[in-house]
Amino acid sequence: MYSMNGAFVISQSDKRPMYLQIMEQMKQRIAVGDWKEGQAIPSIRQLAVDLEVSVITVKRAYLELEREGVIVTQQGKGSHVASTPGLGAKLREQELEQHLEQAMRIAAMLGIQPKELEEKLREAGDRFSGNGNGKI
Amino acid sequence: MSDLAIELSGVGKRYKYFALDNIHLKVPAGQIMGLIGPNGAGKSTTIRIMLGLVHQDSGEVRVLGHRMPTEQVAAKWDIGFASEDMRLYESMTLGWHMSFMQRIYPNWDSAYAQLLLKRFGLRADQKIKGLSHGQRVKATLLLVLARKAKLLVLDEPTTGLDPVARHEILRELTAVMAEEGRSILFSSHNTHDVEQISDQITFIDRGRIIDSMDKEMYLDRWRRLRLEVPHGVELPALPGIIGIKRDGRLAVATANAYVPDLAHAYESTGARVQRVENMTLEEIFVANVEHSREEVEA
Repeated sequence: MYSMNGAFVISQSDKRPMYLQIMEQMKQRIAVGDWKEGQAIPSIRQLAVDLEVSVITVKRAYLELEREGVIVTQQGKGSHVASTPGLGAKLREQELEQHLEQAMRIAAMLGIQPKELEEKLREAGDRFSGNGNGKI
Repeated sequence: MSDLAIELSGVGKRYKYFALDNIHLKVPAGQIMGLIGPNGAGKSTTIRIMLGLVHQDSGEVRVLGHRMPTEQVAAKWDIGFASEDMRLYESMTLGWHMSFMQRIYPNWDSAYAQLLLKRFGLRADQKIKGLSHGQRVKATLLLVLARKAKLLVLDEPTTGLDPVARHEILRELTAVMAEEGRSILFSSHNTHDVEQISDQITFIDRGRIIDSMDKEMYLDRWRRLRLEVPHGVELPALPGIIGIKRDGRLAVATANAYVPDLAHAYESTGARVQRVENMTLEEIFVANVEHSREEVEA
């Protein structure tokens, strides 16, 4: 009964709500290909037991992922990954976009123009490749 | 049976120096309810009224469909109750207690009891008087869990435990939820435990319920807004904001009914919203108790 989903880890030092952490880790499983398109995934109750968190928190994560079209839940049949071709690649791209948007937001707050931001991105890229494996 | 495991309506109880006032509480079947409150808030009294151990002066109590305290004898078969002041027989072994419970309760699950013994690191031949505080708590919980009661009522099950023992107990409580239709109510002042495993939360302070609702909805309503406010701009009082702290150009507003419009309303005054942060249950707990005490005193 224990830990069929052992690598799901909820971090206590992560400031984000638990349901967001669960969503992210489910998306990662799809992004790296461990969870394939159309594959059945654990029931809400099972994942709650494995993660040792409340059913309502896992339910929230499932509902949000369903709304985003990442998973599909059918009454009585359980949940599975959406059968969208290339879903994993899309999720990886989406993650990058979110980081870029975040960078744009901070730049706007600091009054940095898009041209200047482009320059900074290029510099960051140089530092990244200069450090071999990208350990910054 | 109704789909409520516990229902308290308008419950009151008056003591010389303390009163429970107009308590309304609903625990849906199949869910975990966390009861949070400072010391002396009325958590234990509320729990004892639910169990029929203390009789309310006013109001109605139903537990698993049984009216309390009049039907407490019938209700007790379905309720597993554990609290710190529960007495075990000091000179007897844990194994003796286990067979004692097995004789009384027809639903006693011996295999599960043996499994819990192993998971909790306890031994059946240990005498109660030789147990540490943590072992006693785990022994009491083992005796309650193996009864497989429909409803578990636990008064401070994790208080005074080391992190490993706490984790073991939280794991067993969430594992109970694998079986649909079983319910748990537990009290705690460890907000982290409550945030992790409860589906519903109830805040109680000074004998009153401040809030009682779905945990996800509740966490979603509370936010902290970090604002940059130009000199000369006064921040307006907005509905849903319970407090603002300001220091020069920086301000922090706490919302207990957050909607994105709140951020827009601040921006229309010329302030800039730097960040909208989620709050932990602990932060909400403190802000909420302070806010509600201010309101009562005002």
